[in-house]
Amino acid sequence: MQRFAELLEGLVFQPARNGKLRLIETYFREAPDPDRGYGLAALTSSLVFTQAKPALIRGLVEARVDPVLFGWSWDFVGDLAETVALIWPEEASPHPVPHLTEVVETLSTTGKVELPGVLMRWLDAMDATQRWALLKLITGELRVGVSARLAKTALANFGGVDVNEIEELWHGLAPPYLELFAWLEKRGEKPAVDGEASFRPLMLATALEEDETQGLDPADYMAEWKWDGIRVQLAARPGGQRRIFSRTGDDVGRAFPDILERMEFDAVLDGELLVVRGAEVAPFNHLQQRLNRKVVTKAMLTDYPAHVRLYDILRDGEEDLRGLGFEERRRRLEAWYARVRPERMDVSALVPFSSWEELKALREGARENGIEGLMLKRRDSPYLAGRPKGHWFKWKRGALTADTVLMYAQRGSGKRSSYYSDYTFGAWRDGALVPVGKAYFGFTDEELRQLDNWVRNHTTNRFGPVREVEPKLVLEVAFDSVHRSTRHRSGIAMRFPRVHRIRWDKPAEEADRVETLEKMVVE
Amino acid sequence: MTAMTQSTAPRSPASWLKIAPEGLCCAPGGFHIDPVQPVERAVITHGHSDHARPGHGSVLATPETIAIMQARYGDEFPTRYHALPYGEPIRLGEVSLTFAPAGHVLGSAQAALEHAGTRIVVSGDYKRRPDPTCPPFQPMPCDVFVTEATFALPVFRHPSDAHEIGRLLHSLEIFPERAHLVGTYALGKCQRVISLLRQAGYNRPIYMHGALLGLCALYERHGVPLGPLIHVTNQNKAELKGQIVLAPPSAHADRWSRALPDPVVAMASGWMRIKQRAKAGGIELPLVISDHADWDELDRTVDEVGAPEVWITHGREEALVHHLGKKGYRARALALVGFEEEGQ
Ligand SMILES: [Zn+2]
Repeated sequence: MQRFAELLEGLVFQPARNGKLRLIETYFREAPDPDRGYGLAALTSSLVFTQAKPALIRGLVEARVDPVLFGWSWDFVGDLAETVALIWPEEASPHPVPHLTEVVETLSTTGKVELPGVLMRWLDAMDATQRWALLKLITGELRVGVSARLAKTALANFGGVDVNEIEELWHGLAPPYLELFAWLEKRGEKPAVDGEASFRPLMLATALEEDETQGLDPADYMAEWKWDGIRVQLAARPGGQRRIFSRTGDDVGRAFPDILERMEFDAVLDGELLVVRGAEVAPFNHLQQRLNRKVVTKAMLTDYPAHVRLYDILRDGEEDLRGLGFEERRRRLEAWYARVRPERMDVSALVPFSSWEELKALREGARENGIEGLMLKRRDSPYLAGRPKGHWFKWKRGALTADTVLMYAQRGSGKRSSYYSDYTFGAWRDGALVPVGKAYFGFTDEELRQLDNWVRNHTTNRFGPVREVEPKLVLEVAFDSVHRSTRHRSGIAMRFPRVHRIRWDKPAEEADRVETLEKMVVE
Repeated sequence: MTAMTQSTAPRSPASWLKIAPEGLCCAPGGFHIDPVQPVERAVITHGHSDHARPGHGSVLATPETIAIMQARYGDEFPTRYHALPYGEPIRLGEVSLTFAPAGHVLGSAQAALEHAGTRIVVSGDYKRRPDPTCPPFQPMPCDVFVTEATFALPVFRHPSDAHEIGRLLHSLEIFPERAHLVGTYALGKCQRVISLLRQAGYNRPIYMHGALLGLCALYERHGVPLGPLIHVTNQNKAELKGQIVLAPPSAHADRWSRALPDPVVAMASGWMRIKQRAKAGGIELPLVISDHADWDELDRTVDEVGAPEVWITHGREEALVHHLGKKGYRARALALVGFEEEGQ
């Protein structure tokens, strides 16, 4: 438990992706089998056991500690698990600190009745960091900023293999992954996985700039609309496994039972998850209502019906189609769809064109919901994992921009911890500035230095790591779209805002008004 | 004579040691303890700036604290001062005063005051765990114990120093290409972290922000060896991959830290126990190393000195008042003006 607890604690404070990777790799090197396999399972949310409710933990601590002191402490610390971990009385315990393996295996066979006694014994034996890690684990809320993909990437680095190899194996393996570690340490064969609805790493597109179409022959490419949803892979085996993977290989099926129940087929499909009502694609924030929910209510299923717009087929029955060219796969997809006709799914239409000019005009004309631009796919491209150059392109509509005024700046983290690098900007409404968004990229290192300097010299107020600045500097921000939002005072929220240009020249009074942004809202 | 003294009821402690606008005032002795405003005669428990302020008419403190104040205040330090070593009583008006080690920083002292048959111990800031840079806290039996309460919540239970230093050294192994920038207060924490590193067998040079060097030299003159220390300059800043660099707590947010190679930002402080505090400060490696007593140490110390009455100051008075009250002590808050939350 010691190493795992230290890993979690390190991850909580580590802001940088590379730093997190290094910590996880170190853990895989230092922790023994089978502990490290259970640690990996915890990071990838692959553990299943009876979870403890916060009320149970509170009950345990209040039986041990003066409730008044506990209450004050909780107010001060803020987080329940952390408070309990810190305040738990430390007395000599006859029990040794359990290994992570013992914790996981015991929890998987312990019912709700015995759970409090088991927890109590462990808490008595552990130190504060271990208690904190245990409580995070059993409440199912690690929140250490690690995706399953990141954990797998660390695993790939640890074993010196491509992360896609791990992705392909992943859903055929189970904790504590002894075979997998043996293979990665060159002590064993690569684990054999078949008959499983496993994840195939996705093929991704590169961005196409306006002037880059010149060298490309339009006859080599096919075009589709680029849908503003979530990329998913549907994988199903007859009479058994059905999975919906996100682009990073996370299994998101639990949030979309309305799709899962309709996956009565034997295939792997690539497509875009959308909320569709009638024939109309709803704005992206409607889809967000369906994400990251532990419980999917009936109302959500009715109000935000999920739909998958299919654009590729990777496996049809036993046949792996990834070696075929896109045009051929597309034919296979259409034939498959005509045969199977799954509900809540359709095939993404092709956009016929003969010249780049024609296609560009089509792209600019399409401003309806759900369309971000166009996808260009080479007719002869096989389905390749990763982001291979020259095969698939995304050709987005020009971004929207607005002139805003810098209001607050916050210090960054990691390499940016000595820079004010996160900017909150506002637009005018009734003569006052209202915050409309936050951006922390889009500028060069040199511009970051200049912005940081400006912030330090124009500070009017400080709140911890945040500085309020004189409302004088105009930032031209770019963003993909604007949506209504009840969570923001301005009533609107931007998608992908970034600093486009610093308008040192422009007076703040000439920045845009909130109304101007409201006109850009996609309803 | 003896019979006379015994028959005189001792005057209540609160009548001769009480709060005044300038700070804690002992009228029959004619002095203030750690006053927040300039006074005629100041008794200073230790050199931290919220206790040792400039501008007093005369100062009584331990020789080490006098040296620290002279180094910090230069010409502002009064010409009239008295350096009183630990354990030597001195008569001030109608009061006898003795210093005893507080284990907080070099020169830190508790002041034991005796008057009218009563003994009050003003402990200043203190801690109970071993510190290689200063002598340990010495419990003294008394009638009234005045205690700090910086970390007086039961969530504050500092882990062992060796464990925390071990975490720093482990991080150096994991990130050998990054400098490790450790924020420390200039007086006490800085020298303690260096000494703990040396105890852990770390003998390489430790790189120092210029603001910390003066007090390190002072510690060395007082017999605390710190090993090789190198001043960080603009010339060597970029070469500090895999090195430990000590700097004042705010330095990581300053432009000063920029040229350091991708620093791991660490901070040595008792507040680092609370994750949200560490995260809000942008700390990547929080080290829970404190010069103040934690909850268990406060509780144990009150039991050891055996004073039926405890006055609590400097921090979270209410929790300790509540807890000691339940244990049967007469505990109350000593509301001191002008003392800010000291950290570290
Ligand atoms: Zn102090």
